[in-house]
Amino acid sequence: MSVAGKSAVVALAALLPAVSGPAHPQTTQRPVVVASKTFAESYLLAETFAQVLEAHGHTVDRRPGLGMTELLMQAIISGDIDVYPEYTGTGLAAVLGETATGGSVQVFNRVSEAYEARWGLHWLPPLGFENTYAIAMRREAADSIGVRTLSELAAIAPGLAGGFSPDFIGRADGLDGLAAAYGIEFRETRSLLQAVKYQALEAGEVDVIDAYSTDGAISRYDLTVLADDRGFFPPYDAAALLSRAFREEHPEAVLVLNRLSGRLGVEAVRRANRWIEVDGLPIAEAAAALLQEVGLGAGSAGPESGADGTGGGDGAVSVILALPRHIWDKRVELGRQVTRHLLLVLASLGAAILVALPAGVALERRRRLAGSALRVAGVLQTVPSIALLAFMIPVLGIGVAPAVAALFLYSLLPILRNTYTGIIEAAPEAVGAGRALGMTEWQLLRRVRLPLAAPVIMAGVRTAAVINVGTATLAAFVGAGGLGDPIVAGLSLSDPVMILSGAVPAAALAVLVDWGLAGTESLVAPRGVAEGRR
Amino acid sequence: MALIRIEGAVKRFGTAVALDGVSLCVEAGDCLGLVGESGSGKTTLLRTINRLTQLDAGRVLVRGDPVDTLDPVRLRRSIGYVQQDGGLIPHWTCLANASLVPGLLGRGDPRADGRRALEAAGLDPGTFADRYPRELSGGQRQRVAIARAISAGPDILLMDEPFGALDAITRSEAQQSFITLRESAGVTAVFVTHDLAEAILVATHVAVMRAGRIALQAPAEELADSATGYAAQLLEKSGVAG
Repeated sequence: MSVAGKSAVVALAALLPAVSGPAHPQTTQRPVVVASKTFAESYLLAETFAQVLEAHGHTVDRRPGLGMTELLMQAIISGDIDVYPEYTGTGLAAVLGETATGGSVQVFNRVSEAYEARWGLHWLPPLGFENTYAIAMRREAADSIGVRTLSELAAIAPGLAGGFSPDFIGRADGLDGLAAAYGIEFRETRSLLQAVKYQALEAGEVDVIDAYSTDGAISRYDLTVLADDRGFFPPYDAAALLSRAFREEHPEAVLVLNRLSGRLGVEAVRRANRWIEVDGLPIAEAAAALLQEVGLGAGSAGPESGADGTGGGDGAVSVILALPRHIWDKRVELGRQVTRHLLLVLASLGAAILVALPAGVALERRRRLAGSALRVAGVLQTVPSIALLAFMIPVLGIGVAPAVAALFLYSLLPILRNTYTGIIEAAPEAVGAGRALGMTEWQLLRRVRLPLAAPVIMAGVRTAAVINVGTATLAAFVGAGGLGDPIVAGLSLSDPVMILSGAVPAAALAVLVDWGLAGTESLVAPRGVAEGRR
Repeated sequence: MALIRIEGAVKRFGTAVALDGVSLCVEAGDCLGLVGESGSGKTTLLRTINRLTQLDAGRVLVRGDPVDTLDPVRLRRSIGYVQQDGGLIPHWTCLANASLVPGLLGRGDPRADGRRALEAAGLDPGTFADRYPRELSGGQRQRVAIARAISAGPDILLMDEPFGALDAITRSEAQQSFITLRESAGVTAVFVTHDLAEAILVATHVAVMRAGRIALQAPAEELADSATGYAAQLLEKSGVAG
């Protein structure tokens, strides 16, 4: 093993107990798990929940940017998370698949009743502001065309390109519904993450985007919000959505959260969004200031506040210049994320070796079965990572378990295939002679086949490890942490420096792992055989 | 008592008949050359002796015991085996290869047995013990394979085209040194070859196989006289007759 590999193992071994142990052993009650969606306002609201709870003596486990609506719904129904900020209109249209009849009150009553009946989930009274979808264009473009409403947009849409968040494209109250209600058809529709949407609009790559009405970016990028003149979008009142278990186990915490109801006005929230998105204030500070402003202050930021802005400087050069400083400032957190990242990779890889190695050896004796086994592993490999992670949630909940399980499945094919091939190709004539002279199958395996196959098997492990280091960045979407955390947070906050502070170490880690394991390949190659074979 | 006795051996692979009722005896101290063209069943017959191939009908007795009553691993450890490509274990040194069977048998000093066997096969242990197979010539590799087959001192030696992959000069040397080795060790041998001349030179007895049957069987020195039919054709082809 290379020195780098060795020290990584030593570092991991030292940190294992810290990761596996409970986070807050001093409290008897389990922590309240507070999650958010992957955009700035959701981070902000979740952080206010967390700070208010902590100010009243509750322990909080923050899962900022855990995922979008579908994933959060699965997580809260299964009880993996306790509370997250949701919008009534989203619940009505995207989750229940209904269209709005009536105003804010009717919609709130409808979702409260339906969520309670179907899943035992509870909506606290709305926080006090609405954040509806806003269809926006560059102000100068809108002015020069003279478009003010969505009806007017319909007339010119065939000449325009739209860029919408995947969430908006996929849901009933999103693009499809909008297109049907207004007869809007764009020349081209692109799926863009929240983070890059504004930049794409500013650069003129798209003409129309979806935004949120409380978005700080609307003023930052000088956008015009087109009026919903036919009232397509339902009311989107923000509120805390609670799991059944949370309400039963933490009645006092529910009361604490309830204090926020009706207190967060649209102006205050819009200002706080601006602090985060335009001024680069850390989420925890913005949340504390927001609480202060509405008279619920004294909340202190938790140590693990998931994401904080660094102030998105514009331009590639300033991003690259800001990166070393940012990485240095975040070195402790980054170290933790690297450790978690390696732990995810190592745990999944270890499990995959334990399964795929014996399986690959066993398949040598059942070659007819081998074809189908390799095909199944191959199919697993082609499942998109995000989809595979999402499949895991109903079974394994959120956190490390589903991430390790998904990475484990990805690791199977390279290890299985290389073990099988390595064993089959390991000097068949020597195996035949050894058997003829009275070596048992076990002796042949242990003394002849495995040593000869070792470099090939190691190459498979190396492939799996490098794939895993890359794929593990997506584990952040299911709350498993790792270097995906700054990437997801940075994407949500349009902060390229933060994105790179996760992406660059992840890439470096992949190169290091590849390099370290390449060394072990030649180490395990038995003497007397020409160079480690592939 | 015959050391090896084969009675009515039948073996099919799917619809192909590899052995079609073969019977023969090999007495202690004999060397039987099994001759035939590809597909005549000679290798299959050889492999029934140490249970690498299971018969569909008939039986094989080694030292008086039917082989299917014996533990195959113990049986194989008691019989030397050499194959055409040598089949040396590539990541083991020559000495490790040569000491394989004594080691499997749990002998006290397998490496001493291996050294003696290397020497008997015509290789200086001081020069060759620590070399790997890929550092040897084809002829040297084959000598290591023979050393490996005899290192535990078996009374029976099976060889499948042992000299088939060697060039003419090396082959002639290897044949001569094998004759000497076999006679001094007094080992009973069965070896497969497609070359009748080689069989007559090396073996004491020759059996000619064709299509899963024994076409002719005779002591080597009498073979040229008694050959008729197919065996005569083979002899003519090999340039021994006349």
